[in-house]
Amino acid sequence: MENLTISDPPRGGTPHSGGQLGSAAGAPAGPPQLPPQMFTTAAQLLDLTDKKLMLVLRDGRKLIGVLRTWDQFANLVLTSTTERYFVSSSNDRRLFADIPRGTYLVRGENVLLIGEIDLDKDDDIPPGYTEADIEDVFALKKEEEARRKKSDRTRSRKAGELWGGELEGSGEILF
Amino acid sequence: MLFFSFFKTLTNHTITVELKNDISIRGTLKSVDQYLNIKLDDITVLDELRYPHLSSVKNIFIRGSVVRYVHLPAAEVDRGLLEDASRREAANQAGKAK
Repeated sequence: MENLTISDPPRGGTPHSGGQLGSAAGAPAGPPQLPPQMFTTAAQLLDLTDKKLMLVLRDGRKLIGVLRTWDQFANLVLTSTTERYFVSSSNDRRLFADIPRGTYLVRGENVLLIGEIDLDKDDDIPPGYTEADIEDVFALKKEEEARRKKSDRTRSRKAGELWGGELEGSGEILF
Repeated sequence: MLFFSFFKTLTNHTITVELKNDISIRGTLKSVDQYLNIKLDDITVLDELRYPHLSSVKNIFIRGSVVRYVHLPAAEVDRGLLEDASRREAANQAGKAK
């Protein structure tokens, strides 16, 4: 990122046409625009470096760790990572558990969102949930997965009967 | 690039982003990039009991490819300008194709 900061003025030329819609000649000049380097993936991730983050992956996993390295594809390296499982069992009990994992390199395409953890609220327990034993949570998670896969398969079969053909990704977890 | 420019004009306004996994997140638009990755500040999750994992998160980076809808503040959208810009871009594209 060549050590750019948000406060730097834009450098030679305008790679992006500011905030103006389209590029009509003679369009009235809008309000003063923010420097274009603010609007890049790199600039967005730069603020998150060395911060404690909650990473949500496409398969539904939640990783909590410190962001150390990244690139323009949002490939990420996290250190001191823990994985957090959430389950809500059939009798309306909501549980979570943390599992220590170590260091992760995550390929960007699998990233759904990155949340910066507010350190003031870091130790707060998610509202409505209680911390539980890893084994218990894991068993419940498996149950939940099985239930979901079953209902997905039923839905996909019904859809197949209605419109012909199978739905993509039947029984597989997406997000 | 039209929608990139369009979203840039909406920075510092409150928007709601609905993701493909059905989470809706409301927050202040801080930044957007060419892939329409979005950065939101001071977020709230609309159905927090179903999506508990963001309770201690204050600002987030959302990968553009997982966004389903963005709910915009109607008052901040100049539809005439947007329509003109779309036509102009379409005309430019048609000109290039020839």
